[in-house]
Amino acid sequence: MKLSEIVDALDATLLTGEDKLEKIITRCGASDLMSDVLAAVSEDCVLLTGLTTVQVIRTAMVAGVGAVVFVRKKKPPQEVIDMAEDQGIPLISSPYSMFVSCGRLHACKLTGLDGKR
Amino acid sequence: MLANLPGLTENDSLPLINARPARINAPSENIKRMSQLKKSFPIKSRDFIRAGEASINIQNLLKSMNFDPRLIRRVAICGYESEMNVVMHGGDGTLSIEVDIDKLILEITDDGPGIPDIELAMQAGYSTANDDHREMGFGAGMGLPNMKKNSDRIQVESPENDGTVVRMIFFIPEKGKTD
Repeated sequence: MKLSEIVDALDATLLTGEDKLEKIITRCGASDLMSDVLAAVSEDCVLLTGLTTVQVIRTAMVAGVGAVVFVRKKKPPQEVIDMAEDQGIPLISSPYSMFVSCGRLHACKLTGLDGKR
Repeated sequence: MLANLPGLTENDSLPLINARPARINAPSENIKRMSQLKKSFPIKSRDFIRAGEASINIQNLLKSMNFDPRLIRRVAICGYESEMNVVMHGGDGTLSIEVDIDKLILEITDDGPGIPDIELAMQAGYSTANDDHREMGFGAGMGLPNMKKNSDRIQVESPENDGTVVRMIFFIPEKGKTD
């Protein structure tokens, strides 16, 4: 599905990445542990997390994550948003919990990082 | 303690390559690939804001040299995991990348307390991280296991109270072949 559809499905706010809204995302992972993300992540996936530190962006850069969704209405500090913008990584803020955000994206046919549903 | 992990033998000791001036801006890709290059980046213990910068620098360097994106990703993941290990547990250190004709060598050194039990540290899920580390998203006990998974060879040296050296080798896949 397109990134713009992910934003809609989550009633979310796009924090940066207007130019990437047409990007196609098929896989999704959710974790607050960055090492788990690095162990499992697949290219151009969307990552759901409750962490808003600069390390989330570095993890996304290293692993090739396609977009990051912050759950529970979290918004990272401006320097984190600026860094993501520089690196072309879209950031989305979802008003829903991790569980509900995951459920909504699963209902939209996104798969896990391993391609399973 | 010296742990020679699977696949690495004494004969695989890594030749030191004399660092030559970086030629990453050389116009021809062939020249770039043939040149032997070593670049090092400092890592500051407990600096969680800058942690990861060395790995991103190495990622960008390898991108500028047109290496396979999957290879670059594996190197970057290993670099980042090792960098976080040093920032969390080690002393000040250095992350270096060496580009050889057929392989990339990633080496991280630090002057911290070392790893008391390397075999235990290699087990997925084993962690000595504290709550502060976990709040930042680290300490899942996946650092060394991820490094082993993503590298072709890994060697960990950690003599008691004498710092740690982790050396990883990534073979450069022949053109047209997937790794």
